Amino acid sequence: MIINSAKASDIRPSEITSKANYLDRRSFMQGGLLAGASMFAGPASAAIIPEGHRAKLEGVQESAFSTDEKPNSYEDATTYNNYYEFGTGKSDPYRYAQDFEPRPWSIEVSGHAEKTGTFDLEDIVKDHQLEERIYRLRCVEAWSMVIPWVGIPLADVIKRFEPSSNAKYVEFETLLDRERMPGQRSRSLHWPYVEGLTIAEATNPLPILAVGLYGEVLPNQNGAPIRLVVPWKYGFKSIKGIVKIHFSASRPRTSWARAIPSEYGFYANVNPDVSHPRWSQAQERRIGSGGSGLQSLFAIEKQDTLMFNGYGDEVAHLYDGLDLRKNY
Amino acid sequence: MDLTRQIRFIWKPLIFVLCLVPLAAITAKVYGIGGTLGPNPIEAIQDHFGEWGLRFILITLAITPLRKISGRAWLSRFRRLLGLFAFFYVFMHFTVWLVLDQGLTLDAILEDIIERPFITIGMFALLLLLSLAATSTAAIRRRMGPRWQKLHNSIYLIGVLGVWHYWWQVKKDFSEPLVYALILGVLLGYRIWHRISRYRAQSMLKPKQG
Repeated sequence: MIINSAKASDIRPSEITSKANYLDRRSFMQGGLLAGASMFAGPASAAIIPEGHRAKLEGVQESAFSTDEKPNSYEDATTYNNYYEFGTGKSDPYRYAQDFEPRPWSIEVSGHAEKTGTFDLEDIVKDHQLEERIYRLRCVEAWSMVIPWVGIPLADVIKRFEPSSNAKYVEFETLLDRERMPGQRSRSLHWPYVEGLTIAEATNPLPILAVGLYGEVLPNQNGAPIRLVVPWKYGFKSIKGIVKIHFSASRPRTSWARAIPSEYGFYANVNPDVSHPRWSQAQERRIGSGGSGLQSLFAIEKQDTLMFNGYGDEVAHLYDGLDLRKNY
Repeated sequence: MDLTRQIRFIWKPLIFVLCLVPLAAITAKVYGIGGTLGPNPIEAIQDHFGEWGLRFILITLAITPLRKISGRAWLSRFRRLLGLFAFFYVFMHFTVWLVLDQGLTLDAILEDIIERPFITIGMFALLLLLSLAATSTAAIRRRMGPRWQKLHNSIYLIGVLGVWHYWWQVKKDFSEPLVYALILGVLLGYRIWHRISRYRAQSMLKPKQG
């Protein structure tokens, strides 16, 4: 595995970031240097997800897929969430996921693949290089954030399971546990939460299985211990708390498309030209308060939403010949 | 002090100040006092005003049943004050949407009103409320005669539209709008029940034909 040692020229000033909470650049550099040194000693050290609240992730590599837009604050990303398993209010996940214990954790892999079975989380991630991917996140509710995720490329993980030619779709499932996930006691959605991608989407280099953000382990409210991040699709596609991966020949019945088929489709690609009945998708509001006072409210402006959330170069080819108005 | 003066100089000013508390609370939060607006401040303000608008509509609608049940006729003297606050909070909800959310962009505003039914009915309810607020003075009431009551009966429709507007806007979890719908149901149901029982009482008084 090739490890890039951190070079000063690699770091864009905008990434060094204004937020105090954000990844400590110094330890990032040291991690990079250590990883670089290990190149001479042998193979890269395995990716380890430490336990504990806000534990630092070591040996995280930068990625060329990262945006140089300014990330949101740690507070924005961890107190304003849609995670109905912990309640439907935006601050519910932050409030009610604090005591959630994300370990031990295993993932059941099934369906049309050579290597199936139940794997410990550690075994799934350990042979991969942790990467930081700073991605735009666009919610279907017309707001957006920029989040520095840490994770492993989904495509690499999928290849290890050796899916067969019958595997046309990859289906993901969130943990079903009414005791630990109080939101599942309400019928706000059909549980467990299900999401899915076509095999071509899943093996595109952009999607990651995230295990952290801001250089730290993933907080519970963001989908600990492992979640999907698909940056060109609306946020609800990026399923959290994954316990099942299934290689399927038929299209999975994804949760939101099942709940309100006229409003949410299987693809859910960010598309400014296809409006949702409740929200125009032409524009979005970047989350984050500009400070205090009336003036800061007037400073918050909407910005134009980009086709495929600005990731068209990487993913537009996946939809050649597909009518994206019908396949929303 | 007689009751009229007591209401005028003590109770009305007191209720007036109480009705301003939701405005004061959100204004304080804008300046970081007693909490913050959170990561999506515009949404937080808009929701706050919308919820209080709806609450004041329901409070106003509760006056008549309370008066009839308790027999305290003076309760109706607060109805206009509360109704005007309902209009005020709904109007603030609308203004925040217009100025802060849509940034006064005409295209986006028109698109929202035309293409999003929950906004269409919200606009309709706002226009009705505006007509009630504009005709709320005693002088206009006198001048309008019986037409005034007809116009002001549209508060029932406004209540229905308001709850509907909230219901339609919610993505999936209807537990909160359901609470508003149930309260509205009780308040409107009481009126229907009251009408029916009064009608029955009257028809019983009439001598039977035949």
